[in-house]
Formats: sequence, C-alpha cells, structure tokens
Amino acid sequence: MLKILGYPDKYSVAPGEAISFMVSSEDGEDYSASLVRVICGDANPEGPGLQHAPVKSSIESTYPGRKQDIDPGSYMRAAVPQLDTPTSFSLFAIVWPTLLKRDNQVLISKWDAASESGFKLFVTDNGQLTFVTADGGKSQSVALNVRMLERQWYHVHCSVDLDAGEIVLSQSPVHRYAFTDDEAAGRAALKVRPAFVGAPVHVAGCPAAGGRVDDHFDGKIDSPAVLRGVHAATTQAALSLRPIDNRLRADILAYWDFSIGIDTIDVTDIGDLGNHGSLHEMPVRGMKGWNWTGEFHRWTERPDHYGAVHFHHDDLYDAAWDVAFTLTIPDDLRSGNYAVRVANGENTPDETRDYYIPFFVRPARRSKGTQGKRDRIAFLAPTGAYMAYANHAEHITAAEAERTIGRLLQFGHTDIYMHQHPEVSGSLYDSRADGSGVCYSSRLRPVLNFTSQYHSWLGGHGSALWQYNADTHLLSWLEAKGFDFDVVTDEDLHADGVDLLDDYRVVLTGTHPEYYSTDMWNALKAWIDQGGRLMYLGANGFYWRIAFHKQLPGVIEVRRAEDGIRTWAAEPGEYYHSFTGELGGLYRRIGRAPNVMCGIGFVAQGFDMCSYYRRAPDAENPRAAFIFEGVDDEIIGDFGLIGGGAAGLELDCITTTLGSPPNTLRLATSENHTQAVMLVNEEFGVVPMNLGGDQNDKVRADLAFYETPAGGAVFSVGSISWCGSLPVNGFDNNVSRITENVLRRFADAAPFVPPESESD
Amino acid sequence: MAYRIDPDKDRPFIEEFRKNPIGHHSPGLMRVLNAMRFDAGDHKPILIVRKPFREWVLGVMPMDRTQPIVAEMDRVFTSREEAEWAMFCRRWEAHTGERLNMPFRTGDEERGSD
Ligand SMILES: [Fe+2]
Repeated sequence: MLKILGYPDKYSVAPGEAISFMVSSEDGEDYSASLVRVICGDANPEGPGLQHAPVKSSIESTYPGRKQDIDPGSYMRAAVPQLDTPTSFSLFAIVWPTLLKRDNQVLISKWDAASESGFKLFVTDNGQLTFVTADGGKSQSVALNVRMLERQWYHVHCSVDLDAGEIVLSQSPVHRYAFTDDEAAGRAALKVRPAFVGAPVHVAGCPAAGGRVDDHFDGKIDSPAVLRGVHAATTQAALSLRPIDNRLRADILAYWDFSIGIDTIDVTDIGDLGNHGSLHEMPVRGMKGWNWTGEFHRWTERPDHYGAVHFHHDDLYDAAWDVAFTLTIPDDLRSGNYAVRVANGENTPDETRDYYIPFFVRPARRSKGTQGKRDRIAFLAPTGAYMAYANHAEHITAAEAERTIGRLLQFGHTDIYMHQHPEVSGSLYDSRADGSGVCYSSRLRPVLNFTSQYHSWLGGHGSALWQYNADTHLLSWLEAKGFDFDVVTDEDLHADGVDLLDDYRVVLTGTHPEYYSTDMWNALKAWIDQGGRLMYLGANGFYWRIAFHKQLPGVIEVRRAEDGIRTWAAEPGEYYHSFTGELGGLYRRIGRAPNVMCGIGFVAQGFDMCSYYRRAPDAENPRAAFIFEGVDDEIIGDFGLIGGGAAGLELDCITTTLGSPPNTLRLATSENHTQAVMLVNEEFGVVPMNLGGDQNDKVRADLAFYETPAGGAVFSVGSISWCGSLPVNGFDNNVSRITENVLRRFADAAPFVPPESESD
Repeated sequence: MAYRIDPDKDRPFIEEFRKNPIGHHSPGLMRVLNAMRFDAGDHKPILIVRKPFREWVLGVMPMDRTQPIVAEMDRVFTSREEAEWAMFCRRWEAHTGERLNMPFRTGDEERGSD
C-alpha cells in the first residue's frame, strides 16, 4: 500500500514565484522532503532506470507527518437569514435522482451539525422522500410511502405550518407510467418544531461533524426554492411562470435559478432578497432541466431549458489539504521537469514510502515584446492530457479492461490505494458512481498516476508507461543527447497564447497530447504558421476539445459528444461546454481534424503489443535526406520499452481529406499489428468485419514530414510508443537517430525551402 | 449465446498460449481468451506487484471498493508470462472442468536457448 502522497498547488511555476505542496503521511510518520529534477520516471531495469538529480533547496528538511483526508461531494450553499428566526415555510424543487441505493440524500437542508438541529428534506435508500425536523435531542421524521424511480423527474414539495402544527409532504412525477406508484402526498402533525438555527441553506448536502458536508444527493436538481408561509404543491406551477405573480413573489425567501451563470460557480436567487449562493466541488452545470424538449441543444440559446445542476456524492474540485511547505523558485533554476520527493521510510514489497510530487519550472516570465529570439527548444508538457487522465481508474471499474490490454491487470501499491480511496476522484475516462461520465477534472487533488515510478495498466507490455512517465523517456533522451531545452505546459499555452512560443524554434510534444482548449489550439497553430517547427512525438493528439473555467484555476471540462473513442457518452442535448458555451467533442467534428495541426490523425488503437515501421518510398525524397542520415535500415523501431516496438498503443496516419497537407511525405508506415489493435469508430459508418490490425491495412502509423509556407516544418511519428524506443541500446538506435536528425535540423535557423532553390 | 470454449476443438490453443502468453495470437486463441477474460461477477482476478519488474502474485479485486484487494501469497511469479499461464490453467479448468498439468516452461525449454 502507498503510505505517502501529495500534490502541488500548480503544475507550472516560473522563477521568482512560489509553489506550495500538500502532503499526507498515511500513518502519521514524520517525513523528509527534497527537490529533484526528474530525468526518468521509469523503474524498468531494461531501460535507463529511475533517474532523479538532487537539487539543493530551501524545502529540504524533515516535517511532522499527518494523514490528510478528502471530503468529496458537490453541493450548493447560500445564507437565508430570514429563516434564522421562526416562521412557517415551504420548500420546492424538481429533482432527477440517479443513485437511489444510497441513503440520506439531502435535497435541501438548514442544519446545525453540532446541536443536530434544523430541518432537512432528503431521499432514503429505498427512494422515499423524507422530511426531518429537529431541535437538539428531539427529532421527527415524516416519509412518503411511495418510491422514486431513478432518472425520472419529480416535483417535490414540503411545507411546515407552525401555527396549525402541520407538515405536508408531496412528490409528483413529471411523466406518469401505467401501474407505477410514484405519486404521493402526506400530512402529519408537527410534533417537533425545527430549531431555526443560524446555518446556511445547503442544496444537495448537509453539514456534518468536523466541518464536513455529507449526505450528498446524486442526481439533478432544478429550481429549488424556499418560501415564507404555507404554500401548496400546486404553487410550483406558478413559480415556473414569468413574470412571477407579485403576491407569490413577496413570499420568496430564495428561488435559485441554475440557468443563470452556467459558466460560473455562482448561483442567482431570482427572488427579491438576494440570497445568492455558490456551488462547491464542481457539480455539473449546463445540464438539461426537467423542461428540456429536444428542440434546443445549446444552453446559450435557451438557458431556461438548462436549469438543472447534476450533483454527485463523488464530485471533487479541491482536496484542500493544508500546505506542508512552500518553495520559491530560485532565479537561476533551469527550466525543466521537477518533483519534490517525500519519504517516510523504506519501500518494501508491502509498502511504498516515497512519492514524487511533480511540477514544471517554466522559463522566467517576460513582458510582451521582449520575446522573439526563436533559438530554443521547448518541451510542451501536455498537462491538459495529464489532467484528463488524472486518477484514471478503468482498471478498477471497467469489465473490458483485461481483454483490452491482452494480459492481466497489474496493480502496484498506488493502484491498491486508488481502489481503496475512490474519494481521490476519477478522470475524464471514469464515471461517477451513478453512472454519469466525469466531465470535469481538477489538479487540486492527489493525482496518483502523474508521478515518477507509476506504471500504468494502459501503458503497453514492458515498461507500461502512459502520459507523464512515458514522456520522461523523451526527457531522458534529451538529457542523454545533451540538448538544452525549456519546459512549458498546456496551461501556460492556454493562458499566454502564441507569445509563450515566440522564443522557440522547435516545440516537442509529449507522447499523447490529446486534450486542447480552443486557445491552446489557436496558439500552437499560429506558431506553426509563423514558421515554428513542431515535432509531434506521439499519437492521438489534438483530439478532444477542452475548456478551462473562467473563475477557478486548474480544472478542465470535456463533453464526450457524438463521436470518437468514448468510455462514456454525453447525454443528447449536453454537448456544449458549461465553462465556455462551445461545442464540445472531437476537433474533427468542427473541421479541425488533428491532420490540420500535425499532418496525421488518429486511426487505430490497441494495448497489447507494439510493432515496427517499414521505410516508405518518400524516405528517398531529397527533402527527407536529412531525416535518414546514417539510417539505412528498412525496418525502424522493431524494439522498445513500450510494447516492444516504436509503433503502437495509439496510431495516427496521413489522410489528405481530413486536412493532411498535400506536400506531406510518408517516410515510413507501421505494419504487422495484432488483432487487438483496431480501427477507431470515427473511421467507419458501418462496422467492418476486419477491424483488427492483422487484417486491416488502415491500422497503421505513418511517419510524416512536411514544410510550411513560412519556412517551418512539422515532423510527426503517429505512435504513442515511439519515445519508448529512444532509450534502447544506450539511446543508440534508428528511432533515436531519426529523432536526433530531425531535432538538429529543426533547431537550425535555415528555413525549409524547396530543394532546387537550396542549390542556387 | 456467445462462443463457449470447447476443450476438444480449442486444445491446440493451449500450447500456442503457453509458448507465447503475451503477443500475437491466432484468431482461434483470441476467441478462447476473449471468453476467458470476461467475468460478470463482483470479484476480478488481478496481478499484484511485489517487487516492480521482478515479483508478482495473483490477487482478487472486489468491485465493491469498501472491500480490500486480497493477494494470493502462496505462489510468487518471476515473470508476467508465468502468471498469465497460471491464470490460463485456472480458467481452462473453470470453463472445461479439465486440469492442465503442464508447467509454464519444461526443463528442456528452460535449458534450451530461448
Ligand atoms: Fe488518450
């Protein structure tokens, strides 16, 4: 089991800036911390091995350890001071439950955890709407004797009449089914008057001991309201009208309209008292409401059809651990891939007691206009993709996982920890416990698969690396070859735009730069069009569109709309990002296939074994002569730490009709893939019989090169496992030589011009 | 009903798998493996790392994450392929009732050049 873990408050930091670290020592032992530069995160003895260069720093010390916990679950909170003093009141909401096997799912509460006083309206684990009123030791519970059904909309209502001493409770389905008993109303004498405590109102949660918020609701809530006085269930219809009747309006203590401010965490009270609220731990917005008709698909077009928020008990934005220590980056620390190593003992076959908390040091920030030297090499760390895969747990949850990888699922101590601690929350590949896809992913939590020495179930036979650690194969190669390079990240690219890349002549991607915001996409494309030289050293890049939140740092959104390899699918009508209003899904679906960016695009995937490339006729083209200098081999990359070959896991190929430039050279093409490497679904309309690479020639990686009109160029490998071949034989092999040839030429200022004009 | 493993027709694939548990497989062996590698139950067999890249044991992962993963400590494997073979034998027996009394590598294979 993993006995120590942590996370930083940012993934990219510049010299002179501070970065803080959060650490949990699981058994409370004291721990040491030290700064290292990460050269290789792969523990495979067949490769370079783990390589971390110690760096002296101010944080090097021993620290008192303690276990830190995570309180997941999303909710809304708003102060309603008019309910702090005794009054009759009524509660309304329209709800769509999604996980009724959980108990105590609170819809609306006003509750003081210390004195166990107040009231709460909730659903039990057999789907019964229940109201509890409490004052200190005394409490009274009233429940309806029918059950809700999952994924059905219900109007729910409750009124508490202090004068008549009566509680009324009701639920009524929006859609009625024959022989289905899910409508009810009940009355009970009020035996315990609720204490009118000075606590805020919570929607989809209830305050609990220790400052936690628990008893979360799984499902959608639309139009929650609190009214003064006793109102019947039928009042809900009047609340739905606009404008709201002014006599009714006078009784509104709070009426929260979730269709306002969908791209924020702010909740607007449309009553007159201004009891606005806020959402916590990122429940999902831009969700179809009870009144969605199918006519409108963009929430920006008809926000009133998108008045629902989907809450989950396992949502998480910020683990909010206490800061263990803070490092100010010295001005002379070179840009690169760093980590703080924390350790509370020796590793054994039963326990892992060290952990590398990763971050990147970008070069010093400079004011606009002072860049433009264009003489450097940058590794663009795909932190958007790292965040998308954060705590990817399909090896724990997906029934198909073993078949997919063609071997037993391997669990290290970190995977066992992940199994036992679902509260670290899943990736954009996972689903919440209620079955809805995870569409938001934050980095403000321990990200267990984004750290040195983690080996991923998805990462190919051999080293089994995916994303961050797979990218350290490239970093260890740059180090071994003596290249001087900077590291910048996706988040920097999103924030700074093309200015970030102005200093660089060459940008190297990671092995799988899959997730791009529109601003990132535009910036990288502009830099290429201005003469930049891109080395795309992976596959399935530039694939999904993501969005960053305008208020909260470190969180991205994806909508798995319509097409592509999807481990879950967005619901019809929920294809637009709540963060931006943009259409989510594949870039291919908005006319920006990856081929437009890098000459090739996603075509196949398979996770058992990798294969090799065979030299293609364009390798003899004089324009490609520099690439093959010193490489006469017909077969390229029939070796590697990832799956035993340079072509595998995910594959991209040249497709002119999708935007591959007509001057693209096909230098080499992979072949002899296994049956498990299959065509991806956006490649066919009718499912072909020959999906596998053993029978389908479309299943291939193309090694591609083209020049751009501005004198720049693009080199693309089209395989996630390419970089896994770089370290083989002491970094001396044909994959390494080709990569080095390209990088040296790309770093040379001479523009790429047609061969005939070169000889003039 | 999807394909069920037939011990007579599928017998040749036992040896194909034993020789090369991870890698290119014939369509017939893939059909056997696809049948074996799916279990609708609430406990999944997994491989647990004891020493990275050196020692593994088999284990069982409950789908209910409040329950612990249990390791089978009585047998340590020194390669993933060896563990794959042990799991294959176990599943063959579960599907056909036949016990495969065959080691992963025979003495000759271990002595011979690999
Ligand atoms: Fe991916």
